[in-house]
Amino acid sequence: MENLERKSKEIRRDIIEMIYSANSGHVGGSLSCVELLVALYFKVMDLSCDEFGKRKDKFILSKGHAAPAYYAVLSKKGYIPRASLLSLRKIYGDLEGHPSIKTNGVDVSSGSLGQGLSIANGMAIAKKIDNKEGYVYCLMGDGEIEEGQIWEACMTAAQYKLNNLIAFVDYNGLQIDGKLSEVTTPEPIKDKFEAFRFNTYEIDGHDIELIIETIEKIKSKKSEKPSVVILKTIKGKGVSFMENDFNYHGKKLTEEEYLRAKEELK
Amino acid sequence: MKSTRKAYGETLVKIGREDSEVVVLDADVSHATQTFLFKKEFPSRHINVGIAEQDLVGTACGLALSQKKVYASSFAMFLAGRAYEQIRNTAAYSNVPIKLCATHSGLSVGEDGATHQMLEDISLMRTIPNMVVLQPADDVSTEYIIRYIKEYNDSPIYVRLGRCDVPTIYGEDQEFKIGGSKIFGSGKEATVFATGYTLHMALEAMNMLKEKGIYIRVVDLYSIKPIDKQTIINCAKDTKKIITIEDHSVIGGIGTAVCEVLSESYPKKVIRIGVKDKFGKSGNVKELMNMHGITKEHIIEEVLKKEE
Repeated sequence: MENLERKSKEIRRDIIEMIYSANSGHVGGSLSCVELLVALYFKVMDLSCDEFGKRKDKFILSKGHAAPAYYAVLSKKGYIPRASLLSLRKIYGDLEGHPSIKTNGVDVSSGSLGQGLSIANGMAIAKKIDNKEGYVYCLMGDGEIEEGQIWEACMTAAQYKLNNLIAFVDYNGLQIDGKLSEVTTPEPIKDKFEAFRFNTYEIDGHDIELIIETIEKIKSKKSEKPSVVILKTIKGKGVSFMENDFNYHGKKLTEEEYLRAKEELK
Repeated sequence: MKSTRKAYGETLVKIGREDSEVVVLDADVSHATQTFLFKKEFPSRHINVGIAEQDLVGTACGLALSQKKVYASSFAMFLAGRAYEQIRNTAAYSNVPIKLCATHSGLSVGEDGATHQMLEDISLMRTIPNMVVLQPADDVSTEYIIRYIKEYNDSPIYVRLGRCDVPTIYGEDQEFKIGGSKIFGSGKEATVFATGYTLHMALEAMNMLKEKGIYIRVVDLYSIKPIDKQTIINCAKDTKKIITIEDHSVIGGIGTAVCEVLSESYPKKVIRIGVKDKFGKSGNVKELMNMHGITKEHIIEEVLKKEE
């Protein structure tokens, strides 16, 4: 576990490096989902391939603006050369501002909010049709679930009893224009998913051990329902002056901010 | 006489029997789109997401990314209209080979009226990178196309289908490849480019003109994107007039597509018959077509009109 916590810190450092180098990017929401990505990619997911050369477990980053966190993890797993991380958002680079299927390790392009859960459903249904093992994981933002399509997808997931789907909400409480409650809140989030026939869990989204335990619990429960884990997180987690500040949703970092952040993440 | 949607539903059943990887999705209009025929025989491979077209497109993509051969259907208005951005960003940008089969396109929806008469879908779909746009005119070409695209994995495809019965035009020996077209006649007075519902009108006009000793030709642009540029250029060189006719807006439809080809390669006047920047309305199909001048009589009038 210590090892995974160390990885999380390294990934946070990479996120800061990438966004500073790109001169833009979504730092707050990248920092808030690091523990989930580390738990999935270093512990939970079966990344081996089936007969079609496709990974058995799938991950969809529906909140595609957290691409820097995703790329940093994919790089650690060997999908993306480390040297290319600093090409993020650059015309000569392969790393789009939001994930593209052209990037090795990315299963589908995302970034236009609200669309990932439907794709995850399709993948989970395909597994059901073929009686295939494996899980589909999908990470959504808390602001993102204001998109109506998410709730269309929830109805489909419940109707088709997609217990091979595990969704996550990065509940950091902030969206671009401010606090959820000051914009148009999707809260109460847990109750909504409950009403949409999901098994729901609400946990500390920065506790890697707890994330892993919760996923194991979901799998061993063998419920017919799809599940959602609401991750209570801190936007900008790990960099004191970015934490809980919606101004760091998407922002170019000054040299001073960059150096301070690096110092804190040592 | 058979509608292209009916031919679509019947073909799905046939290819479903031959290939267990075929999966069909619908958004609560399976009796109208005719995908219910597939559901009756293969309930586990028919996914109904309810009245949720955006979810329909995403789910279809997830299935196709899992190697399924996916046909997703709703009405053209709600598929190309409501789910436009999902089609662009999830399907086309990731180049997911889903087959979007939209029924109830154009004024030929009839009585349901303007909110259900999709007149801009060719325009919307053809502007998206990677997207292929096809529109068969009869049951035979529909069956061919629906079968043929099953193994096509290079890009997403939009197939525009209709509600009304249309006459069978083609024999069983014909092929309808992506990027192709079909030429009828070799007259030199005019070429009429038609697609989908309007093809039979153009053919009737051609036959009526022949009786008067006036010879034109008709081209079925069933492949709207990619379009058969060479045939369009050859016809422009060979015939005096160029006329297009479609059950769609003249903005962005085949009229525009023909203009794009000719303006770059062989500039020539193009007379575009279609809906002139207007919404539809309720009425029976014949009345609606008359109201918008999408008729064989209008084609004949344009052919006979003296050049100014």
